[in-house]
Amino acid sequence: MDRLDDLEAQSVFILREAFARLKKVALLWSLGKDSNVMIWLAHKAFFGRVPFPVMHVDTGKKFAEMYAFRERYAKEWNLDLIVEHCPPIETTDPTLPPAARYAARKTEGLKLARAKHGFDGVITGIRRDEEPTRAKERVFSPRGAEGIWDVRDQPPEFWNHFNASPPQGAHLRVHPILHWTEADIWAYTRRENIPIIPLYLSQNGKRYRSLGDADITSPIASDASTIDEIITELDATKVPERSGRAMDHESEDAFERLRTAGYL
Amino acid sequence: MNVHFSNPGAAPVLQRPLVRIVIVGHVDHGKSTLIGRLLHETGSLPDGKLENLKAVSARRGMPFEWSFLLDALQTERDQGITIDTSQIRFRTSSRDIVLIHAPGHTEFLRNMITGAAQADAAILIIDAAEGVREQTRRHGYLLHLLGVRQVAVVVNKMDRVDYDAARFAEIETEITGYLAGLGVVATAVIPISARNGDGVSLRTDAIGWYAGPTVLEALDHFIPAPPPQNLTLRLPVQAVYKFDERRIIAGRIETGRVAVGDEIAIMPGNKRAVVKSIEEWPVPNESQVPRDASAGQSVGITLDRELFVERGHIVSLASSPAAAGRSLRVRVFWLHQAPLAVGTKLIVRIGTAESRGVVSAIDKAVDPGALENIANVAIATNNVGEVEIALSQPLAADPHTLNPLTGRVVLELDGRIAGGSLLLALHESDVRQAEPETIAAVAKLRAPAVVRDLAARAAELAPRFASLSPVERLVQFRNDVDGRITFTTSFGIEDQALLHMIQKSGIDVDVVTLDTGRLFPETYDLWAETERHFGRRIRAVYPRHDELEPLVARRGINGFYDSREARTACCFVRKVEPLNRALKDAQGWITGLRADQSANRQRMDVVTAEADRNLLKLSPLFDWSRDQVVEFAKTNGVPVNPLHDKGFISIGCAPCTRAIRPGEPERAGRWWWEDETKKECGLHNRG
Repeated sequence: MDRLDDLEAQSVFILREAFARLKKVALLWSLGKDSNVMIWLAHKAFFGRVPFPVMHVDTGKKFAEMYAFRERYAKEWNLDLIVEHCPPIETTDPTLPPAARYAARKTEGLKLARAKHGFDGVITGIRRDEEPTRAKERVFSPRGAEGIWDVRDQPPEFWNHFNASPPQGAHLRVHPILHWTEADIWAYTRRENIPIIPLYLSQNGKRYRSLGDADITSPIASDASTIDEIITELDATKVPERSGRAMDHESEDAFERLRTAGYL
Repeated sequence: MNVHFSNPGAAPVLQRPLVRIVIVGHVDHGKSTLIGRLLHETGSLPDGKLENLKAVSARRGMPFEWSFLLDALQTERDQGITIDTSQIRFRTSSRDIVLIHAPGHTEFLRNMITGAAQADAAILIIDAAEGVREQTRRHGYLLHLLGVRQVAVVVNKMDRVDYDAARFAEIETEITGYLAGLGVVATAVIPISARNGDGVSLRTDAIGWYAGPTVLEALDHFIPAPPPQNLTLRLPVQAVYKFDERRIIAGRIETGRVAVGDEIAIMPGNKRAVVKSIEEWPVPNESQVPRDASAGQSVGITLDRELFVERGHIVSLASSPAAAGRSLRVRVFWLHQAPLAVGTKLIVRIGTAESRGVVSAIDKAVDPGALENIANVAIATNNVGEVEIALSQPLAADPHTLNPLTGRVVLELDGRIAGGSLLLALHESDVRQAEPETIAAVAKLRAPAVVRDLAARAAELAPRFASLSPVERLVQFRNDVDGRITFTTSFGIEDQALLHMIQKSGIDVDVVTLDTGRLFPETYDLWAETERHFGRRIRAVYPRHDELEPLVARRGINGFYDSREARTACCFVRKVEPLNRALKDAQGWITGLRADQSANRQRMDVVTAEADRNLLKLSPLFDWSRDQVVEFAKTNGVPVNPLHDKGFISIGCAPCTRAIRPGEPERAGRWWWEDETKKECGLHNRG
């Protein structure tokens, strides 16, 4: 088994645990490279069938390429797709910094969608290497009734045993690719031939490293126009992956505050 | 968090081994500083990080503080303590390293465990001035319990003891002795000053008397813990998937390997079968179809016959099956605030299996921080001990000395993991004398256990359904159950009444009968008449020829009269196995059972959870009497079996059903030569 086989085996194990131990789960599809890998892994875990809904919490502000990708692959991958829309920006806390309000919209949209469908588990594609508070996450991470992440009181995870019995009213975030890195995602995407949105590849000297809302996500300078070139580029970079995501950088604890309030 | 540095001699990404290393030790002995120093000296810090750390430190009026690199939470930075575990990546010339930073405060031990449980190797750090302290020992103990076998000890802050070789030797002797007592051999003991940079990547003059490896060299000697392929096969079952015609047993191989054609044993129960295939997606070309799989892989296998297999079972080779038992002896590390005491009720998890359990005895209670034995009454928070646990149902496992992976036992209290343990021994039943109240607790616990979620659903529906009429129950059931609902009919009068109700209410239900091949001629006639009467075809499910032919060859055509075992074998092949197929994709099952039919059925409820089949079972007529059913059939002109008028009440297969005399129990005519309490074919109650 090589490194990718090992990552895959662990993710498949986690997905099957989520499906076996929770009552009603949904996989959050952001249309980005990470959640595409997750959907691929779910096909592997369940032998060609994704046995739970795949939910896109839509801000309505994604790139056109992302919507085209959603329509095409929801069909090709035979997904039980749920699209839920986020409430308008005016409903968010006006004291938050501007980009954080975009994130708050998404948090609220997720909260409403989860309540509407009664999911007790939401499978998301966050990774430890993306950002320091994500590095402190559990594989099965309990969230309070309001979606709150209590970082001071996370339950222990012993070996491959996860806490899958959230208290009444609470739910779980399940993180099957928490242990992957950005380079792992690309190497696996290449090996498995997983389709991607072309925005990740360089055009005119720029490419997107991370995809969010079109108006608050910026591309990086890059000549990497193939996945191989992306992997080589990542091998040398010292710039964090989410540096193009404005919402992370508005204050020292901007992202932590977003996450404890229920952001991914 | 990800940091990188470019090393021209480094192997291409993903070809280097990835090693996860946890840094543990007493609070303030210098874990964060060592990590910061390692990243700094290997040029691994991201652009601007050093400046950022200086700014964050200055903002709080503190001298430069490395810990801000890992303490990502605002409360951690403000209070200057590490609360939760974190991970940071960097790279040496030979490998990729994930450094797992574990908090040293005793109240965050659960977080230290979460970090350390994922590690291949560990660095245990000790302050040269303070020496071995409480958390040093406790963390050392946890490394042993968690199964981290590669440990290097780092004696930090050597500058504070003037780089005194004698002081170093003193600590080295103490810690290596302690670890050896736990069966942990330190790969190196290294004198360093993380702050000044001695011994981290350089063997400086200050530690000129030391000839061993630097920290970086020690890291380069750690290897990824290999999945144990040389042990025998242990495949804990995560689930059995029946999404299509395949019946796939899915799970991750903990140890050993499995190949197509292997004879396997499912534990507990020791049921045997042969591995027919290893399934994969995308479906590979014929030439690439996998023939075997080994430890670490998440797999799906199919078997050559239909066995009852469920989540929690362990697939092992028939030649060396896992052990199974209802009484465990474990060495536990306890985290919960409430002490673990005799009588504490828990959920016990081994692999993918779970069982309720109760502590029946406590043998040793030790505080691994203070190295003291304490009274054997209870195990306090963050202490260890040896305990006996009685289970409500047998579990498969191995003592940890035979298999470190299937010998891991997790204890859960109030829905949260509360302790981890190593299995010392597994017994068939309780071996020791317990207090009467413990025995009572064990007995109560061992009431039949069902799958929790399904049981909760049934418990929620049952009271609602109790107040409804049978027709309303059918309609409501259809509303509450997503997916297929299957009604199994044997054309008895209850089934006929139900079919009438189903037809009249127009609900979408799959109607199935099991043709055993030995039914009465009258039953076949009624079957045809029923299809004409209701204008619908009834799906027939037949026994498998490859099961039935060998059975008849072995036992003879009427071999079921010879013994109860022969009879149940016949029932299995002609009814139970076909029923399993009939219900394969069903989420709901409708039956004509009534509570007053027999003693066995009196405890039944209107909606019950069929844990084995993962479906809800509705018995709409559960509270009707026989007379009510007869009356209903007559009023509604429902065709019924003429045998009912000849004294046949409950009608099954012809050779196994006789008429009953007035006053005899309803099911007295079924398998009349057997004991009353055991007269079930296995359709409606299982093992």
